[in-house]
Amino acid sequence: MDMKVSKKLGLKDRYNLMTRDLEWTPTYQAVKDVYPDMAYEGIKIHDWSKFEDPFRLTMDAYWKYQAEKERKLYAIIDAFNQNNGHLGLTDARYINALKLFLTGVSPLEYMAHRGFAHVGRQFPGAGPRVACLMQSLDEIRHSQTQIHSLSNYNKFYNGFQNWRHQHDRVWYLSVPKSFFDDAISSGPFEYMVAIGFAFEYVLTNLLFVPFISGAAYNGDMGAMAFGFSAQSDESRHMTLGLEMIKFILEQDPDNLPIVQRWIDKWFWRGYRVLTLVAMMMDYMLPKRVMSWKEAWEVYAEENGGALFADLARYGITVPKGWEQACKDKDHLSHQAWAVFYNYGAAAPFHTWAPSEKDMEWLSAKYPDTFDKYYRPRYEHWAKEAKEGRRFYNGTLPMLCQTCQIPMFFTEPDDPTKIAYRESSYHGMKYHFCSDGCKDIFDFEPEKYVQAWLPVHQIYQGNCFTPEADPSAPDFNPLAEVLKWYRIEMGRDNLDYEGSQDQKNFNAWREAATGN
Amino acid sequence: MSNVFIAFQKNEESRCIVDAIVADNPTATVNEQPAMVKVDVPDQMVIRRSSIEEQIGRPFDLQELQINLITLSGHVDETDDAFTLSWKQ
Repeated sequence: MDMKVSKKLGLKDRYNLMTRDLEWTPTYQAVKDVYPDMAYEGIKIHDWSKFEDPFRLTMDAYWKYQAEKERKLYAIIDAFNQNNGHLGLTDARYINALKLFLTGVSPLEYMAHRGFAHVGRQFPGAGPRVACLMQSLDEIRHSQTQIHSLSNYNKFYNGFQNWRHQHDRVWYLSVPKSFFDDAISSGPFEYMVAIGFAFEYVLTNLLFVPFISGAAYNGDMGAMAFGFSAQSDESRHMTLGLEMIKFILEQDPDNLPIVQRWIDKWFWRGYRVLTLVAMMMDYMLPKRVMSWKEAWEVYAEENGGALFADLARYGITVPKGWEQACKDKDHLSHQAWAVFYNYGAAAPFHTWAPSEKDMEWLSAKYPDTFDKYYRPRYEHWAKEAKEGRRFYNGTLPMLCQTCQIPMFFTEPDDPTKIAYRESSYHGMKYHFCSDGCKDIFDFEPEKYVQAWLPVHQIYQGNCFTPEADPSAPDFNPLAEVLKWYRIEMGRDNLDYEGSQDQKNFNAWREAATGN
Repeated sequence: MSNVFIAFQKNEESRCIVDAIVADNPTATVNEQPAMVKVDVPDQMVIRRSSIEEQIGRPFDLQELQINLITLSGHVDETDDAFTLSWKQ
């Protein structure tokens, strides 16, 4: 890229003039009326001018660099599509990870756009307001580039066509959806800690760095381009999250316990959502860059460890669930994929039992757990499938009231025992997958009793189309729920083996290599 | 002692940037992964405009780092001449 470097002003001066200098104090209205949400969370801010974006990015420079990122991104996407890049993938099994991404992650990018527009409006300081405005624009760019990039797959493969409809309805998609609804319905400071700090700083590297590097490794230039392009914005987002935390803590000592509680809560909420990423990395990439466990060690233990060691000077400690999350790294992806294998009839993507070669890799990466706890289960299912009895679970699982994930997580110190926790509230019993989720509920029960739990809703009859007749003698609840999800039975779901996607991919690849 | 790190998309521009980082930060570790490159340095990393310009052979604005950046870790401080990442313990 050819850029003219002729500067009239230094970076610091430019930032001051074009960001903080644009601030004014209202006189027709009281400040507290202009920014009405600043007091109720209990956070005390005395001097907003103390916040400074360390990138010192001004709006004019923002547009210039974002435009350049977009040009690069669309050049790659065009080239990939024009050359039938999808036929260069390692294997079409990989595409199922993209279906999960589009239905589970891209709608959250859009919600992040709304969230940052909303909280940016609430902050009385020009520094955070401008940084939030930029992040809001970044996030809508992410959702758009993901939709554009993945729309090419929708021309050839099943399961992409109803992603937005499904995000609001399908059982496991309530996990990411409720996570973001929880964040966006909290106050502006909590939202900044939830998304800006806990999710962006501590956790998104795990989603966008090793998984997207994996996309490149599997021949998907489209996902690589949007993933890395998005992550380049994340560097700013992470920095905004970290600067906001430091700013809040430096403003008043009373802020510390409130912030620590939010960090505990949002680390755990975000970590639970990443369960999906763990299984994408270990089970859905035909060719893998690193295991979930290795990624956790680099990006959570090492990098998060450095972060919390640094924040210790403010009195911040590692989040409450940290120790358990570190223990879980040996189990998380295996337990999650087993559940999706079970419920392969009720999801709009294909599942499969890992091949012998896949299992060799898993054994090598998870020497203490895979062969002992998980290999026998997958071998059993593979054998059943071979004999014509591919197992599909026909019953519905119990869900955690907080994270909404089926109750399949095991006790931190006993991987053979499912963890169950419960609380009573106003005479009703609520169930949880972990101490982390129970603590979150116990602190704000009025919020979480309202959770829209897909399994409960199905049993209450709220997940059928208007034409469904539950009193009909041949009424099939699963088939009716799939209709409401807009999943076509036998085409969008079930095992990858024998699927239309598999047949098409193999036939097209064959056709692409000769006449 | 903790590491700070920075990662870039692998291309001709970032090759020059990484060379400049390694030249200015002797304790740097370069880790090449599919489509990306990650550089770790204990405690503090300084990326200098002048060193990049020397490698890349043209004027360079440090804000151009944004284009190929994938992720980073540590406290950021950016001026016209240097981009610094550090932990403050």
